[in-house]
Amino acid sequence: MADLSVNIAGVEFKNPVIPASGTFGYGREYGRFYPLSKLGGIATKGTTLESRLGNLAPRIAETPSGILNSVGLQNPGIDKFIRVELPNLMKQETVIIVNIAGSTVEEYIEVAKKLEETDAHMIELNISCPNVKEGGVAFGVSCDSAAGITAAVRKVTKKPLIVKLSPNVTDIAGIAKAVEAEGADAVSLINTLLGMRIDIRTGRPVLRNNVGGLSGKAVFPVAVRMVWQVANAVKIPVIGMGGVATANDAIELMMAGATAVQVGTAMFANPFAPIEIIDGINEYLDKNGISSVREIIGSVKSW
Amino acid sequence: MRYTQGEYRILNKTAIAKQIYDYTVLCPDIARIAQPGQFVHLLPKGFPLRRPISICDIDAEKGTLRFVFEVRGEGTAELARLNAGDMIDMLAPVGGRGFKINENAKRVILVGGGIGTPPMLPLAKIYGERAVAISGFRCSSMVILQDDFKEMGAKTILCTNDGSMGIKGFVTIPLIEEIEAEKPDIIFACGPRPMLKAVAEIAMENDIECQVSLEERMGCGVGACLVCSCKAIRNGQEIHAHVCQDGPVFNAKEVIW
Ligand SMILES: Cc1cc2nc3c(=O)[nH]c(=O)nc-3n(C[C@H](O)[C@H](O)[C@H](O)COP(=O)(O)OP(=O)(O)OC[C@H]3O[C@@H](n4cnc5c(N)ncnc54)[C@H](O)[C@@H]3O)c2cc1C
Ligand SMILES: Cc1cc2nc3c(=O)[nH]c(=O)nc-3n(C[C@H](O)[C@H](O)[C@H](O)COP(=O)(O)O)c2cc1C
Ligand code: FES
Repeated sequence: MADLSVNIAGVEFKNPVIPASGTFGYGREYGRFYPLSKLGGIATKGTTLESRLGNLAPRIAETPSGILNSVGLQNPGIDKFIRVELPNLMKQETVIIVNIAGSTVEEYIEVAKKLEETDAHMIELNISCPNVKEGGVAFGVSCDSAAGITAAVRKVTKKPLIVKLSPNVTDIAGIAKAVEAEGADAVSLINTLLGMRIDIRTGRPVLRNNVGGLSGKAVFPVAVRMVWQVANAVKIPVIGMGGVATANDAIELMMAGATAVQVGTAMFANPFAPIEIIDGINEYLDKNGISSVREIIGSVKSW
Repeated sequence: MRYTQGEYRILNKTAIAKQIYDYTVLCPDIARIAQPGQFVHLLPKGFPLRRPISICDIDAEKGTLRFVFEVRGEGTAELARLNAGDMIDMLAPVGGRGFKINENAKRVILVGGGIGTPPMLPLAKIYGERAVAISGFRCSSMVILQDDFKEMGAKTILCTNDGSMGIKGFVTIPLIEEIEAEKPDIIFACGPRPMLKAVAEIAMENDIECQVSLEERMGCGVGACLVCSCKAIRNGQEIHAHVCQDGPVFNAKEVIW
């Protein structure tokens, strides 16, 4: 049994595998498949100040080796989350990362302040949701706005702050550097890539929101490239995601520079994906005589 | 309750109409707990998403489930390649709310439209002679399960849009006649949305409890990803409910059509 533990911003993870925000609710559902304590951590559904209804259905479309979603941050609001969901999450003996979102800088600040009084372990600042009209990805696509919102939230929280980056940009490493400079303790990437499908029989977009975020295997090579670029540009840890479905994918993303990986879409086909990935990483390390998973982080021998 | 996901052996496969297949799968752990109105979430090999398919019969003693599906697109085409003896990847039983059964009901009407007919069969099994099973199909080549309903003892009424078999026209014609003949305690319905809406309106006008099984595109199937939303009214408030977890069966009064 190899050492699977990793450390991100002073927080100890028993293993580097974390279900991704928005694909795992607040943990209750997948807790009916396996004990959540097996996971390295859990990234919660994106939570906003007030409750949100989200977009109209259909909110999902299948694509070659991937999916598009346009949920639009449906959530019960931070107060209800803290009252009803967080106490249950804190009992699960795993790292709880609360993913937060908003339409304005003030909203992000309010949500972060409310979390400051809780035991939640980390905050993941979602400045990359492509499915809401205001805020969301708008904060994540320029260095100035990404830096501005990171600085504003940094002022009101002592909790380790992860900033989740959008791939819908020309220079993701530049944005990573900008949020690092403003006090981000880690970055996570990638959120979904903006995409679209049309039903040619009806001439209508498949998603009621017309466009949505692409995730799943289809985006994996983009995730590897972006994680590699960002890991080479910043000193803070990188949490990698985008299409991870197997232990080999997770190892590849870690070699590119990720300290931990998140798993989302893969769970829809295989609810046990995170557990199988943890077991698979362990097997790989044992087979190759590597004593700690930390040895593979950023170990790619780039040309 | 725990969720189960795994590979299960297909015992039987029958083509029962054009592009419509009837499967029986051995899955004792699932058959023991499955309820009418719930569904199975099937993975076509290699696809990113599972396909939700209603449970059509539950045999807890034999440890089997039966489901019937039509080939619509690539995923159901891939599933239809599986034969008796093969293994099928199922996540089941799913559906937070199945049909609410009232053991004391003296008369129920089951309304199935097209490929919405299969989930009506477990209800016919429960209610037997107390059930009237009305099924509607586009044409005679798509008719399914009529002998099964008869076998359960249900009064079985068939409609086709083109009149190629049974009554010519929509299921609402015999539905109104049956209500006039004797008011039922409950109407259960599954099928295309316009049909469900029409059935719900008739039930409302006659002040009859109506339970409808809805369809929406799904991801996880268990309530975690929130993609399967439908507009509904709960406690006087408009909400975006989730078909997989808050349904797939809803009281028709809750649905915003
Ligand atoms: C609760 C529930 C029960 C169902 N029961 C049955 C049944 O017993 N028999 C049967 O034949 N069909 C049933 N359906 C419909 C069935 O799920 C779809 O026909 C099927 O998913 C289509 O997949 P495809 O690969 O053929 O089509 P594609 O068009 O290739 O599918 C693309 C994506 O859209 C989704 N999708 C397409 N049409 C539907 C639809 N009508 N409902 C939900 N998702 C859809 C698919 O699941 C897939 O994710 C049910 C649907 C739901 C929600
Ligand atoms: C249905 C769905 C909902 C999502 N919701 C959120 C969200 O609320 N907040 C967020 O930061 N990312 C959200 N994401 C993005 C994922 O966390 C992840 O970044 C992305 O899906 C890529 O990983 P994957 O390919 O493993 O799914 C969502 C993704 C999906 C598929
Ligand atoms: S399909 Fe994921 S919540 Fe319903």
